[in-house]
Amino acid sequence: MTHAPAPAVSLPTSDADPFAAEHLSQPEPLHQQLRQAGPVVHLARYNVYALARYREVHTALVDWQTFQSAAGVGLANFRHEKPWRPPSLLLEADPPHHDAPRRVLREILAPPALRKLRATWQTVAEELVDTVLADRGSQFDAFTDLARAFPLRVFPDAVGLGPEGRDNLLPYGNMAFNAFGPANDLVKADADRAAELSAWVNAQCAREALSEDGFGSRIWAAADRGDLTHAQAPLVVRSLLTAGVDTTVHGLAATLYAFATHPDQWQRLRERPESARVAFDEAVRWQSPVQTFFRTATTDVTIADALIPEGTKILMFLGAANRDPARWLDADRFDLTRDPSGHVGFGMGIHQCVGQHVARLEAEALLTALARRVERIELTGEPRRHLNNTLRSWAALPVTVRPAR
Amino acid sequence: MVADSLLRVPQPALSRVTLQIRAKDTIADGVVSLTLAHPDGARLPDWTPGSHIDLVLPEGTTRQYSLCGDRWDPYTYRIAVLREPAGRGGSAYVHDRLAPGDLVGVGGPRNHFPLVPADRYLFIAGGIGITPLLPMIHQAELIGADWQLLYGGRSRASMALREELSAAHGDRVHISPQDECGLLDLASWLDTPDPDTKVYCCGPAPLLAAVEQACAAWPSYSLRTERFSAGALPEPVHQRAFEVELRRTGRTVTVMPDTSVLHAVRQVGADVLSSCEQGTCGTCLTPVLEGTPDHRDSILADHERAANDCMLPCVSRSRGDRLVLDL
Repeated sequence: MTHAPAPAVSLPTSDADPFAAEHLSQPEPLHQQLRQAGPVVHLARYNVYALARYREVHTALVDWQTFQSAAGVGLANFRHEKPWRPPSLLLEADPPHHDAPRRVLREILAPPALRKLRATWQTVAEELVDTVLADRGSQFDAFTDLARAFPLRVFPDAVGLGPEGRDNLLPYGNMAFNAFGPANDLVKADADRAAELSAWVNAQCAREALSEDGFGSRIWAAADRGDLTHAQAPLVVRSLLTAGVDTTVHGLAATLYAFATHPDQWQRLRERPESARVAFDEAVRWQSPVQTFFRTATTDVTIADALIPEGTKILMFLGAANRDPARWLDADRFDLTRDPSGHVGFGMGIHQCVGQHVARLEAEALLTALARRVERIELTGEPRRHLNNTLRSWAALPVTVRPAR
Repeated sequence: MVADSLLRVPQPALSRVTLQIRAKDTIADGVVSLTLAHPDGARLPDWTPGSHIDLVLPEGTTRQYSLCGDRWDPYTYRIAVLREPAGRGGSAYVHDRLAPGDLVGVGGPRNHFPLVPADRYLFIAGGIGITPLLPMIHQAELIGADWQLLYGGRSRASMALREELSAAHGDRVHISPQDECGLLDLASWLDTPDPDTKVYCCGPAPLLAAVEQACAAWPSYSLRTERFSAGALPEPVHQRAFEVELRRTGRTVTVMPDTSVLHAVRQVGADVLSSCEQGTCGTCLTPVLEGTPDHRDSILADHERAANDCMLPCVSRSRGDRLVLDL
């Protein structure tokens, strides 16, 4: 990647709408077309540039100097368009403004800081699996009963939210992740609840709404120490509530879907429960719960001889990079013997998911609890996707299990 | 884990922790600046103002130096080193022996001196203590904060970058050489506490003590200081090969000087998940059962390093001949 003037080359162009229902429900064919078309593809419908190969996506993710986030990581360009809500201090910020919020949240969510949660979350996961098996028997919906239920049990408590209104979290996240796409039907469907959901989430970010010793009150304590301003604290709490729920729910759903369709891999996990963390990351690579994010060029930049003009939007296909055959052998296979390290499902660089260790801990707790109690897990019906402009989401994952003897 | 199931693009360097001296320049009496880059020209780990790196000198001693370059340039680090005649030999080695082209071990960057948000900053530098404040000043300019720099030193000639700072920033910069003006007039600068100002001070211990005293009446957390511990000498860092035992799998592997622990343990079949492989994301954090790690990461806190019960094998190494990991 250089900043030298580009030679005139004809750039591959695609008329596809990556946010159309056909591609959101089944993104792999489009991903393959885009990867094959070239390292950079012009998406004519939105006049943006697409990166779908691992090398280019990885390079753009780590190069915050050239590919900025403060102009928005959705289609809307904050240089010209008003954001639908005050921008995130983490996701939609560049250095230097990004530094303090990132540092504070990174320390609160670092692996050593999470050790205290491990035993509690393990117990909650075991109770949840026991309850589901006792109440539902061998047939249940692995999406609603496990993937959705477990994060909603542990994460809001860890943040320190009160008991009321937690059912607003998923609809709010769904709305926020839709908002990174174009103003299509998915965005319009959220419009009637936008004000109500935003008001509820904003109210939970206040100091008084948060219990002591949760992630939320630790953010406020950082503001008391001057590491953040008091004006920044509620927005950093908002980031936890926006980015910490739906992503994990659909990441866990992706993992359970992977195992329900790969019985040999489930056996491998049962034999080696210590591979739960690797299994979760392999599922994140394979399904990429966060499919796409945009960046904006801070300068005229040349990628593989293609000139991307300053100020234009670049759409990075994380899901396509995570299945790029130039990076991954047998990329479409869910395989626990693979090393998924280096996948970009959590992003990469200074904006890499700051909650990734929280997600892994949730996954480890749920998967090990399930692996101890369930010998086989299989689909009993067609799993149903829920469409979202950014998240590869689920609506139902009907399964049958054989409890372990 | 099957090693050849990987086609790594871009190819990672096996060892991320060796950089090359690209330039060495004298910038004041007794002060040289070093420009460091990856031998392959790769991007270096990102950093924030106030960060330092550990420089691992060829005989195994480790010294900490503040990064004073431009973080918008991802390919080079810049540090400035004062010759300390009463020091333990690290600065003399840098001054007398290190030359462009030489390779040096590097740990970090780590930041114990982060620039927090504020409307106004007062930066107070004593001598070489100017180095961490330079990127802070750049940043204060970028965000449009109001700032002043009080810069003391033995003499004008000993004060690195004095002219550049004055030329660029005019009357925000207050130069106060001791041989002309005496000790810094802290009382007149710090007399009136201001809740909207953060005070950042780096310099010799007597200056830090004087500033702490002068800020006693200021609101808590107004003053941020950087002191490099000159306390106990750490055990010299291992530059040779060492052994890593994987206790759970019962395997042992030799880690060569140009290989990371992460790479070595994967070669003998350990499943260690990683992500950034630069010591910044924390994904590969691994429990240490025996031995003393040579921590080179950017994220563990001091008490976590001192406990020596975990390490980031993508960059960190061993201080002794042997490490035992819970793998």
